[in-house]
Amino acid sequence: MFDFSIVTRWIDTFLREYMPEWGALLVEFVLIGVALLLLYALIALALIYGERKICAFFQCRLGPNRVGPYGLFQSVADMIKILIKELISIKHSDRFLFNLAPYLVILASMLTFGCMPFGRGLQVLDFNIGVFFIMAVSSIGVLGILLAGWSSNNKFTLIGAMRSGAQMVSYELSIGLSMLAVVVFAGTMQTSQLVELQSRGWFIFTGHIPMIIAFVIYLIAGTAETNRGPFDLPEAESELTAGYHTEYSGIHFGFYYLAEYLNMFIVAGIASLLFLGGWMPLHIGGWDAFNQVMDYIPSVVWFFGKTAVVMFIIMWFKWTFPRLRIDQLLNLEWKYLVPIGFVNLLLVVLITIFGIHF
Amino acid sequence: MNLSLLVVVFLTGIVLVTAALLIAWFISPRSYNRQKGEAYECGIPTHGTSWMQFKVGYYLFAILFLMFDVETVLLFPWAVIVRDLGVAGLVNILFFLVILVFGLAYAWKKGALEWK
Repeated sequence: MFDFSIVTRWIDTFLREYMPEWGALLVEFVLIGVALLLLYALIALALIYGERKICAFFQCRLGPNRVGPYGLFQSVADMIKILIKELISIKHSDRFLFNLAPYLVILASMLTFGCMPFGRGLQVLDFNIGVFFIMAVSSIGVLGILLAGWSSNNKFTLIGAMRSGAQMVSYELSIGLSMLAVVVFAGTMQTSQLVELQSRGWFIFTGHIPMIIAFVIYLIAGTAETNRGPFDLPEAESELTAGYHTEYSGIHFGFYYLAEYLNMFIVAGIASLLFLGGWMPLHIGGWDAFNQVMDYIPSVVWFFGKTAVVMFIIMWFKWTFPRLRIDQLLNLEWKYLVPIGFVNLLLVVLITIFGIHF
Repeated sequence: MNLSLLVVVFLTGIVLVTAALLIAWFISPRSYNRQKGEAYECGIPTHGTSWMQFKVGYYLFAILFLMFDVETVLLFPWAVIVRDLGVAGLVNILFFLVILVFGLAYAWKKGALEWK
């Protein structure tokens, strides 16, 4: 399997030949930043196009098909259009918080985006507290949404932000509990080690029943965390216009749109990292010939393929279930998912201690 | 190295927002209208401010969340080494977990989880 750290090391030695150490580091940092930005924007564009096309097919429509072949440039055109819209500032808003909120939302998704293991040796941030770090920075997004709703000084945004805040903090517990189950099972929090440990078989297979329960809980909570699908009541457009970002116009609104789609990618990416092996190919312990064949498929394809499958499931949710009421939403979390999550955590501890796993 | 990379990713996020805002600032049209700065409403002028006291139900859930989130912080270090600790580690954390679950049961019994 191709190791991308060969490429990065080659760039490193190449740069060090021609310039002092600080210069080489500076160029590398700029390269990393540019690569992250490009990937971030590209994934967002691809996701917006994909979502519109998939939604259309679910409803027996054609979806965007005018701009470019199969409407491929539709989301690029939308991006340009959103850039040339006027930025309206509201008279009675809290100007500072109003402008700060998009920064927080984008930062939360960018920092978690940096932790994604895109392929072998293709990862920017790899802390020894990786999973914990992901949980910590992803909760900055709630702050951004609450600030956006509060600072706009509008009733719609206030209600939308409060609903969104209650929903996101509640479902963060379930995400934490299912992440905890994986950490107990693996015995490490570092993302690269988590992937490495799954070379014998993905956690969802080696951890059998408790891991499958944790995966299902993670999927439900992750969908709620991104304010999508059946859990989109913060921006229920028939009652709250656009929820917490009603007062944002032009590219200000674009940031929320961008962050929403990237958050979906991040939730799917973490699901594939924790349960489906990250970039690790499908390995079955003992089947060496099979494992060899699977290794020929590049790691990047594995990661993006698994993420795409999980994202498709999340999109599927949206068109299958009707929107929940807020009391049903909180009931589902506090009376079902949290107790199940705790019992499941105990189950995982038992199978880890007594070695009842593959 | 990792910490400097963290700063790089952080700055990338800030650069993304700032650059997009600057581009939009330069190429977007601007027009003035007295009505434009008003808060968005369903057609009539908005009534009073929105910075007011709000439904207490959200506050209750925030308090509950605080309790369980601190618990997660405490459980993560334990989770890393539970494989080595064995049964002793499970028994020790059970005291903590049982108290926590009692907290949830109490809130449930008191009706804090009902949305009114």
